[in-house]
Formats: sequence, C-alpha cells, structure tokens
Amino acid sequence: MSTILQHPRHLCALGGQQSVVAIPRAIPILHAGPGCGFKLHTGLGSYNGFQGGCYSGGASLVGSNVGEKEIVFGGEQRLRDVIDGALKVMDGDLYVVLSGCATDLVGDDTENVVAQYRRQGAPIVYAATGGFRGSNLQGHETIVNSIVNQFLTPQEKIPGLVNVWSTVPYYDPFWAGNLTAIQNLLAGLGLRANLLFGPDSDGIDSWCRVPAAELNLVVSSWTGLSTAQLLNERFGTPWLHWPTLPIGAIETSRFLRAVAEAAQVDGQVTQIFLERQEKRYHYYFERAADFFLEFRWDLPSHYVTVTDAFYGSGISRLLSGELGLLPLRHFVSDQPPIEQYQAIQQQFAVLSPELNAPVTFTADGDQIASELRKHPKSSPLILGSAWERDIAAELDGCHLSVTSPMMDRLAANGSYFGYDGALRLIEDIYGMILTAVQ
Amino acid sequence: MSVEQQIRQPFTANPVRANRGTGVQIRERRLGSITGFVGTAGELVQIARAGELAERERSFTQAGTCSSFCATLQLSLIQDAVVINHAPAGCAGDFPMFNLYNRYGQGKRKLTRQNARLLTTNLNEQDTIFGATHKLAEAIHKAYRTFQPKAIFVTASCTSGIIGEDLESVIEEAEQELGIPIASVNCEGFRSQVWATGWDAAYNSILRKIVRPPHQKLPETINIITFIGEDYFSELLQPIGLKPNLVVPFTGVEQLERLSEAGATAHMCSTLGTFLAAGLEREYGVPEIKSPPPYGLASTDRWLREVATLTGKSAHVEPFIAAERAAIAAQLEIFRKRFAGRKAFVAAGPSHGHSSMEVLQNLGFDLVGSCIFHHDARLDHGDPAGDSLQAATQHTPGLSYGVCNKQAFELVNLLRRLQPDLVIVRHPSLALSVAKLGIPAVFVDDEHIALGYRGLIRYACKLTNWLANPALERTLARTTKLPYTDWWLNQPPFSMLGEPR
Repeated sequence: MSTILQHPRHLCALGGQQSVVAIPRAIPILHAGPGCGFKLHTGLGSYNGFQGGCYSGGASLVGSNVGEKEIVFGGEQRLRDVIDGALKVMDGDLYVVLSGCATDLVGDDTENVVAQYRRQGAPIVYAATGGFRGSNLQGHETIVNSIVNQFLTPQEKIPGLVNVWSTVPYYDPFWAGNLTAIQNLLAGLGLRANLLFGPDSDGIDSWCRVPAAELNLVVSSWTGLSTAQLLNERFGTPWLHWPTLPIGAIETSRFLRAVAEAAQVDGQVTQIFLERQEKRYHYYFERAADFFLEFRWDLPSHYVTVTDAFYGSGISRLLSGELGLLPLRHFVSDQPPIEQYQAIQQQFAVLSPELNAPVTFTADGDQIASELRKHPKSSPLILGSAWERDIAAELDGCHLSVTSPMMDRLAANGSYFGYDGALRLIEDIYGMILTAVQ
Repeated sequence: MSVEQQIRQPFTANPVRANRGTGVQIRERRLGSITGFVGTAGELVQIARAGELAERERSFTQAGTCSSFCATLQLSLIQDAVVINHAPAGCAGDFPMFNLYNRYGQGKRKLTRQNARLLTTNLNEQDTIFGATHKLAEAIHKAYRTFQPKAIFVTASCTSGIIGEDLESVIEEAEQELGIPIASVNCEGFRSQVWATGWDAAYNSILRKIVRPPHQKLPETINIITFIGEDYFSELLQPIGLKPNLVVPFTGVEQLERLSEAGATAHMCSTLGTFLAAGLEREYGVPEIKSPPPYGLASTDRWLREVATLTGKSAHVEPFIAAERAAIAAQLEIFRKRFAGRKAFVAAGPSHGHSSMEVLQNLGFDLVGSCIFHHDARLDHGDPAGDSLQAATQHTPGLSYGVCNKQAFELVNLLRRLQPDLVIVRHPSLALSVAKLGIPAVFVDDEHIALGYRGLIRYACKLTNWLANPALERTLARTTKLPYTDWWLNQPPFSMLGEPR
C-alpha cells in the first residue's frame, strides 16, 4: 500500500537514474517530463550528502523534456531525436533509457524504440521506471535487471571473482565508500570483487564480467535479491545474501567467514586476515574506551534508528552488541516488500530479548515523530535522516544523519562498513556530541 | 465550525476572484516566451517588441527543470503554511533542498530552525488507474492535524494532470470543513518548457486564495517579490522613508493576506514577480514598479525615481542618489580598473541575468555572451518600460546573446570557444560543467548582494575573492572529464537549435 508521506525518505522508480550515473561512463537518457531529472538529482544526489552531478548526472543528464505536444500526440519521435543526439553528443559506453510517469501514462512504446537502436548495434538498454511504479530502490533493481537482461552474454567463469550488489547508489550516501570497503575486505580473503558502480568499477567491462563471477554477493536488506535470482537463472551463479550491515568486529568477522565459506576460501587465510583486522580494530576501541566509560554518565543511553533495515539492524548490533547502548525504537524507512517484514524483524531480534526494541515499518515523518513522542524524557541518540533533527531537538536528544535525505552532511568516501566503518561511526557520533556540548 | 473559523472565510467572498479560473496560462501563450535564441541583445529586443519572437526547439536536449520545482520553492518557505504535492514520491526530490533553504534562512533571520512543512500523496500505479482524490483529502486532514497551518497549497504533478484528478472538488470540501484557505497550484511539469511558469502558478494560488481586500493602506510599505536573499532593500528604501516587505519566502499567511495594503509592488527580478505584481495592481490597485530591478547605476537611479514618484517621496530621492553615487565613486573606480578587459559570461534566468549583465558592465567587465534560460516577449503589465534586457544593453545592443534552458552541452561548447574569465551561474547543478573547463564559475547564492549602489562594491569584493585563486577550477579541469564527444565539441555550438517556428 502506498501511503501519504510527510518528509519522504525515498523517491520514485525514475530515481534509478542515479544508479546509471554511478556506472562509470554510462549515460542515462530520461524519457520524461522536464523536471524529473533535476528533482531526482537534487533529492538523491546533491541534497543527500552533496553527491554532485559527476560525469553524466546533474546538468549533464539527458532528457526528452516531454511537453503538452508529446502528451497529446505521443513522444516516440521526440525520444528518437534525443537518442540520436545522445549517441553522437554524449561520450559513453552504455546508454540507459528510462521512462517516466508522463511517457508511461500516455503509452509511449519506449521499449520498442530502444530495441530498434539496440538491433542496430548501439549499446543501449531500456528500463520501465515510470515514477508511480515504485520507489527508487525498486527503480534501481529494475535498471540493474534491465542491463542484465538486455546487455549481458554468458562468459567463462573467472576463479575468485565475486559480483558485489550492495546498497543503492546515491540513495545510500555512503554507497561508494562501502563498496570500496567491501572490495578491500574481499581482497584480504584473496577474492576479487567485481564492482558495478563507483570509482573502483571498470564500468562496462565490469558489467560484461558479471556472468563470469563464481558468486553473487548480495549485501543489502532486500535490493539485489531479484538480480541474484535472475543471474542464477541465466548464468547459474550461486548467491549469498547478507541482509545486515557488517559493522564492528563481531558482525564483520561473521560476515567474512560466511563469504569465505561460500567462495571456498582457505580457512587459514581467512583466520589470519580476520585476526589482523580484529587486532587493529580493538586497539582503537580500547583507546576510545576511557572516553566511553568516563563520559557515559551524560551520554545518551538509548538510541533510535530511522534507516533501512540493513543499516538499522547492523548499527543496532554494534551499539548494543559492543558498546552497551540500549535500543529505544527502530523505524524501517525504505518501504521493503511486505513479504520481507518477518525476516527483517528477526534481523533486529538477534541480541538478547532485553535488548530488543519495537520495529515499525514506515517512511512517514509524522508517524515517526508521533511514535517517538511516546518517549518524552528519553533524550535519545537518533540515527536517521536529516528530517529527524526536529524530533531529536524536541526530545532533548542528539542526532546524526546517516541516511537519505542527508542534507546536513557531506559524504565523500565515508563508509560505515566493516571494522573501519564501525570506528568511523563511533567518531561521527561522539564527535557530534562533543561538538554540541561545548 | 468555530465562530472564528466562520469569520475566516473571505477567500470566497470576493466575487472577482471566486469567478476566475483556477489555472494560470503558461508563459509560452501568455507572454510569448521562448527557450531558444541566438543573436544579439538588440536583435532580440527588436524582434520581441515587434511581436515576431518565435520558439527554436532543440533536437537533442538535456533534462531541464519544471514548474513544480519553482512553485514549491516559493510556497514551501511560507512559515505557517503546508505544501502537499499530489504526485508520485519522486516529485518530492526537491523537498530536501527547500528544507535546507528553510533552515538556513531561518537561522539568518534569527527564527527558530524548523523543517519545512511538506507532504507527498505518494501516488502509485493503482492510484493512476482508480484515481487518488481520497488520498489528497486524507493528506489535507493529516497536514491540518499535524501542523494547524493557516493555509494549505496543493501542487499538481504530471501524473495528477494526465490522470485528470479533480483537485478542486476535494479542496472545496476540505475548505468548508477546516475553514482555512486551501489552494491548488497548477504546476504540472509537462505543461510548460519555461519553468518560471511555476512562479506564476504559485502566485496565482496566493492571489486567488490568500490575499484579501485592504483594511487600510500602508503607502510607505513596498512589496518586494523575491527569493531568499538578505534584506538589502532597506538600504535603498529606508533613507527615502519607505519600508520593504519582502515576499514570499519567510513570510506568514497573514503577511501575504495584506499584500493589497502596500503602497507599491517591486521586484528583485521581474521575471519572477511579473504575475503577482500585475495581479496586485489589477485587483487591488497596488501600483507595480515597472522599471527593471535596481541593479547597476542606471537601473537603480531609474527604479528609485519611479518608486519615489509613485509614493510621493520625490523630494528625498535626488539627494539620496547623489550621495550614494558619491559614496561609492572612488571604490568603484578602483574595481573598474581591476576588472577592465576581463571577459564575463552570464548563465541565469532573464531579468536577474540582465541585472547581472548591467552590474558586470558597471564594474568594467567585457560581456562576451550569455545563456539566459528563457525570454519573455513581454511582461504581464505589458509596459515596454519594463524591458530589462533593453535596459541592460542600451549602450551595447550588439552584445552576443543566447537563450538556452540550461542545456549544458551547448553551454560547454560555447564557453570552450569564448574562454571567458568568469561565468555568473544562477541555477543549481550548472556550475560544475563550467568549472570543469577551468573557468571560474561564480554561483550567486544571494541574489540581492549586488543590489543598489553599495551592492556594486559588495559584488566586486565577492568577485575579487572568487577570482583571486582559481585552484578549484584548475584542479577540476586537470582531473575530470566532461561527458561530451570530440565530435560534438567541434560542432558549431548552436547546431542542435532548430529553425524558428
């Protein structure tokens, strides 16, 4: 069910444009109204950690800007003109045509137009992303699966190659840093991560290698699952689904052991790598422990997560499982498919029963604030989007933005993934508190 | 309904307004606006005056901006109103930006920082088939319960327009029940290629539902239609005994109700305010200052004289002008020498872009071209005295001039040839394309900074600092690539621009 949202945290299927922008040298072509591209760039890119236009996003986004004429008479000829221009003007390796609400509603056969270009040899695919079809997380999956279906061909397997499907580019302001972190951790196990997005991806070459991988690693709550199934059907690749952010020593080591097992990594290699990582992690943990102990009196004892289930459950395991904080409430704000609700509830419930807090599925800022007002004297630490600043202030709590929309922080290569990611989150939370109290 | 609520229903009491259609005509039809032109400033002025301005469409385009963005920008910053976007969730992509503007502006104005009050009806596929007016009704009630707003604005979208949602019937019913003005805003993105149409849609909803007949006249108050810049208007108006009333951002509904009481209405940018100012004059006799906004020496002189004439302050104005001009003369001369021969290019909306052109010329820059996002053949008041392009280029009609709705591919191609020393940019997302060429891209965040006489000096100081160290642009030019093919960069810059039709 789609509900009315005050202060939404996700956008529409066409927001998948940002996943195309995230592929090096891929060019999104929007067959949509004139404002869609800019609005989605604004909400998912610039005013979400100030991730800018980069190569093919922002002002560079190609768009047909359909108007009244195309709404009345159809926009297929307009789309052909724009594709013709894009193939000549835009320097890219892969072109992804995305339909919007307006062109989907008036029934343009975008798929057929694009297929004609592909038959003539253009590296171009089509994705049905009319905004009303779902969230930008679903739009991301639609785009990935469209590229898989329309662009990939079987390849010989490459030993140790692992495709990484993790959080949704741009929507998660830390997506790029997370991918680099995953790549580095897999390298420690002797595995080669095939990254499809971000600065460490080889762009179209990485995508062409997808069928050659021995394993699909889905490190996200639910996005990417349909891709893993699709790749299994088409290329017989097995997959490992890890639905919780591996953050901190306990969770990251558990994650890496599971990956090592799935990818048949030598047990001793794994053991040596994990020990070295944990040793370094615990050095910094111990170093900060004087602070944790001596300032605990006045630090928030309770925390709230308003994130997707991946971040929420992971952060909870770090804060409650390693640092001794207490969960107050969890809000899952990325609107996962209803059939995932039960599994998500369980991901939050792995710690001891007294460390469980209610999990509420909502992306509505009004509902989140109303629920939190039931805890008036809690002064919690709220980890959510920038929308939560007001309710944090109202509850005399403190607040750190870690999820979309994050217009109060700038994200570069920051990452909350793994051992280093936990230390980074600790720095960010307590740095914010130390600044605020002085 | 409480007694207070019963009293509060004058928004349907004015028969002139009640009978007027709810929608505003798009600029292409109303003002003869276009988004494609290349030639000289003088030619454009002449063609537009002769009523011969024709659109030139591009065969290839990059994503633009839509009316909904512009409408919501104005409405979301009214502090005690709510905006409900009747649309799929993606149209709310600009909410985070407006929230930043809101909190940032509240901080500057010493107001309590709070989130902008924004909702989306989050339309899905089912809603496009069965309609979703029930969701809109629910959203209105939810917004009322949560915020107790003084007014609610319902912004339309491509989707609500195409599926034919009847916003008015929902709104009428809710108004009866809640006793506050609720206004639809016809800012469907596909309706216009001129995103400034969104300002008109927002102002139309304010004129229809918020503004009331005057209880009193405040002849010394001057409405200034503006964005979010700081109040430099006081600097120009207070010395001659007048008081600026900056609208619409950071006002409250009550302040907007009383727009009809002012002595006159002026603009920070006449492209922005044309519809609202003309409407206030037409419906309430509040005279509109027709002269282009007070940027640059000549335009500031002219604007001040018109304001003074209309408000009976003529006796004060000449001494003030003389004193202000004298106060900046020496500094201005230093800056003119510093910037002499430097090449400048303007990428901005019309009117404010024209103002920037005049300011840059005052500061000694050579203007080498422009990318002005659209051109209005006329303004709503219809008076040629308001022609800001003519005012800015009266001594330089041969200036090369382009109209282009932020098509970065065209802009980049052109700038590579012109190699200006700086580019003034007034639209988010565009500066990066300029900076990647190694050219200083001055993103003018506070559109009021160059205002009046002292503004020339403020602006010159900003530019001086900006140009003093182009390391950022040089780093970008050295390390990043623009997404255009060599083929394109070797084509004539306007080769995708079609013939006039």
